[in-house]
Amino acid sequence: MNDAFAQIAALNARYARCIDDGALADWPSFFAEDCLYKVTTAENYKDSLEAGIIYADSRAMLVDRVSALAEANIYERHAYRHILGSPFIVEDGDGVARAETSFLVVRIMRDGTTDLFASGRYVDVVRFGADGPVLAERVVVCDSSRIDTLLALPL
Amino acid sequence: MTTTVANPGLPDGTAPLNRAWPSEGLTRVPYWVFEAADVHAAEQQRVFEGPSWSYLCLEAELPNAGDYRTTFVGKLPVIVVRDRAGEINAFENRCAHRGALIALDNSGSAKSFSCVYHAWSYDLKGNLTGVAFKNGVRGEGGMPASFCMADHGPRKLRVETVGGLVFATLAPEAPPLREYLGEEIVACIERVLAGRTPVVLGRFTQSLPNNWKLYVENVKDSYHASILHTFFTTFGLNRLGMRGGLIIDKSGGHHVSFSAIDRSVENTAEYKSEKLRSEKESYRLADPTLLQGFEEFPDGVTLQILSVFPGFVLQQIQNVIAVRQILPREVDRTDLNWTYLGFAEDTPEQRAIRHKQSNLVGPAGYVSMEDGCVGGFVQRGIAGAADERAVLEMGGASTESQESRTTEASVRGFWKAYRTAMGL
Repeated sequence: MNDAFAQIAALNARYARCIDDGALADWPSFFAEDCLYKVTTAENYKDSLEAGIIYADSRAMLVDRVSALAEANIYERHAYRHILGSPFIVEDGDGVARAETSFLVVRIMRDGTTDLFASGRYVDVVRFGADGPVLAERVVVCDSSRIDTLLALPL
Repeated sequence: MTTTVANPGLPDGTAPLNRAWPSEGLTRVPYWVFEAADVHAAEQQRVFEGPSWSYLCLEAELPNAGDYRTTFVGKLPVIVVRDRAGEINAFENRCAHRGALIALDNSGSAKSFSCVYHAWSYDLKGNLTGVAFKNGVRGEGGMPASFCMADHGPRKLRVETVGGLVFATLAPEAPPLREYLGEEIVACIERVLAGRTPVVLGRFTQSLPNNWKLYVENVKDSYHASILHTFFTTFGLNRLGMRGGLIIDKSGGHHVSFSAIDRSVENTAEYKSEKLRSEKESYRLADPTLLQGFEEFPDGVTLQILSVFPGFVLQQIQNVIAVRQILPREVDRTDLNWTYLGFAEDTPEQRAIRHKQSNLVGPAGYVSMEDGCVGGFVQRGIAGAADERAVLEMGGASTESQESRTTEASVRGFWKAYRTAMGL
């Protein structure tokens, strides 16, 4: 088992735990300062349509999203449970790797309704530095083009 | 108080709905209108297949002969396709034989269409051009000699475009599209789209847990914006010195809500000092580039929400241009199809700004995610209250254009057009 695989798998496990435990303030710290985080659909991705449901080209924009969710936006209380597959290492280069990881996200509403909210894959560029791996890019490619009600918490 | 209502505006033979609108008129909306199966069924015929125009797609999505998209008019499945003469045609996505869908993809390119079930085939105008085994096999079977292909085919829609938007109607009596919209609405569409080449940047479907009319009401409701959507206020991003207003067409069904930079205020000393102070004290975005837009429109309009009855929205929120198609699925389920737009003329920097500002809109939008759930709050809130009614008295009872947006005039306008279409 190579190092990139183990490091990205560990990064993903921490990432999912962070969101699912509600520690959203820590979520931006998984990303590089000049990152790209985008949520899109498989159809847009296949057709090279660049817009995102969420589109952030800096870690500071992710900080703003967390602040907005906490302070400004109104939505019914809910939580996610991420189930992640093993990362597939597409390319392992000099201090940078490209990887893809499947995800399922279950959404639990305040009344207990539990639904499969999203499935898809993370298409990542991971940078390995002195402080461990960070996400230089995470493009969240949802298999379906349909979002139920709204997307508040990040995927 | 339920009485049988005559439907003077409807074709002969249209069964009356056994329902009466509250006597107060447009200032009350009975909740059965969002819940009742008979109302929902009647809407397909009276609203979507009545003398209204429904948005199908963008001309830019059909650049070449044979390019098609499948979409819906209300619940009716429709194929919209460009033919070899360059004309855009629309017809039911329903085989004339046994009713199966003719096209199964969201989009594609075709020389002709052929139903997978029995290979009945159609040209790009929706004419039936072939029936498999029409003459039988080895002289046996086949269609009777009296069968005439020209007598069979999916219903064809009338197609017209404005500003690169493709609309269609099933009703022969519908007025021409521009007349239906009126001059003011056409001008507001063209100020956003005309004279340049739209490019699709992305498509998303938001599945709403509510009746389609609750979303339409939300779009038309200029009263809720600063109350429900607190993003701009929370982050101190409201601009001072804005002017705005509402335009409502005479049918009531179409509207424009806008706000614009008021240049006369912006040049005063008071404004300049206030602006500085408000930016310093409350500008709290960690990455303020989110709202560093570019001046796209010389008229200073930074927000224009435009709706066309029954279910179309064109939005300009700063530099985010998008169209939204509102489609009923069930009484309490609605599909909201977002198409984000840029233009072929965009510089890379302008394109990047559109992508960043798109965080404001859509299913995860800073100023629109609440619109995805608030309709569901109403749908759930009114369960068991079919005979109760909503109150729409903000700004009085009128459906007139006005400068104030603290009004429900355009929501009342929608109900005016809806009642006309439904005979309610």
